[in-house]
Amino acid sequence: MQRRTRWLASGALAVTTALALSACGSGFSSGSSTSGSLTSSNKALTVMIGSSGDAETAAVKSAVASWSKSSGTGAKVIAANNLDQQLAQGFAAKKPADVFYLSTGSLAGYASNGSLLAYGDQLKNKSDFYPSLVKNFTYDGKLYCAPKDFSTLQLIVNNDDWRAAGLTAADYPKTWDQLDAVAKKLGTGGRTGLVVSGQYERLGAFMVQAGGNLMNDSSTKATADSSANVKALDFAKKMLNDGAMKFAADVGAGWGGEAFGKNLGAMTIEGNWISGAMQSDYPNVKYTVVPLPEGAAGKGTLQFTNCWGIAADSPNQKAALDLVQKLTSKDDQLAFAKAFGVMPSIRSAASEWKKLYPQFTPFLDAASYAKGVPTVKGASDVIADLDSKLGQLGSSDPTTILDATQKNLEALLK
Amino acid sequence: MTTTTVMTKPRRAGFGGIRRGEAASGWLFTAPVLIILGVFLVIPVIMALWVSFSDWGGRGSPFSSDVHFVGLRNYSTILDGGGLAESDFGTALKNNVWYVIFVVPLQTALALALALLVNRTLLRGRGFFRTAYYFPSVTSSVAITVLWLFLFSTTGTVNQVLAWMGIKGPNWFNEPSGLIQNGLAVVGIHDGPAFLTQNSFLGVSFWDWLGGPSVAMFAFIVMAVFTTSGTFMLLFIAALQNLSPDIDEAAMMDGAGAWKRFWRVTLPQLRPTLFTVLTLGLIGCWQVFDQIYTGTQGNPAKTTLTPAYLSYQSAFQNQAWGQGAAIAFILFVIIVLFTLLQRWVLREKKVSRRRQLAYSPETAARAESKRAAQATGGGSR
Repeated sequence: MQRRTRWLASGALAVTTALALSACGSGFSSGSSTSGSLTSSNKALTVMIGSSGDAETAAVKSAVASWSKSSGTGAKVIAANNLDQQLAQGFAAKKPADVFYLSTGSLAGYASNGSLLAYGDQLKNKSDFYPSLVKNFTYDGKLYCAPKDFSTLQLIVNNDDWRAAGLTAADYPKTWDQLDAVAKKLGTGGRTGLVVSGQYERLGAFMVQAGGNLMNDSSTKATADSSANVKALDFAKKMLNDGAMKFAADVGAGWGGEAFGKNLGAMTIEGNWISGAMQSDYPNVKYTVVPLPEGAAGKGTLQFTNCWGIAADSPNQKAALDLVQKLTSKDDQLAFAKAFGVMPSIRSAASEWKKLYPQFTPFLDAASYAKGVPTVKGASDVIADLDSKLGQLGSSDPTTILDATQKNLEALLK
Repeated sequence: MTTTTVMTKPRRAGFGGIRRGEAASGWLFTAPVLIILGVFLVIPVIMALWVSFSDWGGRGSPFSSDVHFVGLRNYSTILDGGGLAESDFGTALKNNVWYVIFVVPLQTALALALALLVNRTLLRGRGFFRTAYYFPSVTSSVAITVLWLFLFSTTGTVNQVLAWMGIKGPNWFNEPSGLIQNGLAVVGIHDGPAFLTQNSFLGVSFWDWLGGPSVAMFAFIVMAVFTTSGTFMLLFIAALQNLSPDIDEAAMMDGAGAWKRFWRVTLPQLRPTLFTVLTLGLIGCWQVFDQIYTGTQGNPAKTTLTPAYLSYQSAFQNQAWGQGAAIAFILFVIIVLFTLLQRWVLREKKVSRRRQLAYSPETAARAESKRAAQATGGGSR
């Protein structure tokens, strides 16, 4: 008898718990969800950013503050310690940040579970964004968010090493063979000719130059095992094996920029973020940015970008859109470029940016031929897996690596 | 569990008399703990269990109406999906198994050895040594991890010390090769036999399962032993001080040497503590997370990926919440199974008839004379 009552009691407890939980579940969802039109209220906005440092945080804060002043809507900037995690917590609680940085890798995940507002078509300056960036943030045929800024990879050359090896501006490599040749010439003493981070996010530039990439531009078809990709990795493997190229990890550096700054390598392949690192960590190293060599398919490089996401659960989407419109304007983007060295995502700001930073024009010129990284849901996992194998590229078979990646990418499309 | 026992006990007291009202006070006094445990433990665990069986995508409450029950789908993707999720889980499990195999015995043995050392009454400066050994346990694991990254970098202290001895140290935290495979490579075996490389479990070939922890993982193993031995040393010291010296003296009078006294007298008495230490060590080892999170994030080549970190990564970074929760529950089952197994191994055994015989005076005398005869005969060993 007593046993039964105990069971009943614990059963009752379980039921109550479940009820209480479902109650707190429904409590959240009774928000404002007007389909089609934007929500609007007088609530203040929260802007969550994954900042690279104080300079970026201050620049975003001042831009948001000036919008807040002119629009009369309150806005608060939060620099997240761990953007992925803090965003996820916000979405789970249905109290997300209204406006936030969103990477190409997380777009598909959040778009597919309905967390994001697809506001792209309502942007006044939609046609001004670089088409390749727009493609990066298009999911299911809809532009989800406005590209914030972007970066591309190019070849970074150490001026002193270059001169010491008896090379001139005419020797900047135009082809893969030339790259191999100058790298061999530059590799003397304890220094390697070319040091790059051993991952797809750098070596992928070779794939694009050969006419390949892991997926097609709209991330709807896996093309990892294409012959162009095999050719690219074969070339990288050859450079690794004859000592013309080494991976940053193998020379004890965290990334290509560190190896380059410490002069463990005379050249590296990095994006425009390297300017900030060189300025703060290695101010005495003189360097030149030159376009990466051409492969069988001509010029090619990878691009990386973030966008301004707006939450579907935001109670004030109208103001959020207005804020994003301002943050992607020419003036604001140029201010961001000055503050933390990014490249504006709109074409109308290009000429002014080049005037400000003539030494970095190869980065911006790449906008016309750069390709993005795969954006399909789960792609970042596959790329992480590929990267873990590329670290041992020197002693493994490129075809095997790429076949495995092809299989993993195809699994995502099912 | 807690609730049911608490509910039944005060029931008899509720019938009046002098004990009237005790039930209410009992509830009142236990309420804070019950509420805290419920809110921060029971409810989250129930939620996570539900998430592991659902298609929740990370938006809104997992109990809302648009989240569906998907049965064992999340579990089957991880255990039998044939894709990246399965091989990632297999890799994580492999890494952690090796971590456990190395860390648990090493830290227990080291802790016990340290405890025996600092427990000796003759040792000068005992207090100093106890504090020194315990110090790493007090320091936060994040700080120690950062220290370790410096010590074990290519040009770090460890490699410089090795260089004095003429050894070129590896690039510790960037070296994904397995210790056992490296050992085999030294004797000229680079590829495993086909039956090991062709067959796989959880998407990882048997050859890789047997490859041992990577060099990077080994650095973490050393760190875990270094940081946790101090804590367990304290447990052993406490247990050692509880032992009555009479038994030890009696053994001494019976002519047992120090070595024999330790194995036959001291260690058996430490069994409950040994169980505690092994259990705590096992649980801690299976849950290794913060070192990985601050140190390597699973790199190089996923050889420091652990199930706990993979669970976090799947959920928070890849929005695969169901899979993340499922990994956590599989981990839970693994820990429970290992603890049960260990409890069974360390159970109090009844002394067998044969064993009993060995301790009877006649057999002891016989063995003694036999040994003496052997010794005079030149000794066969």
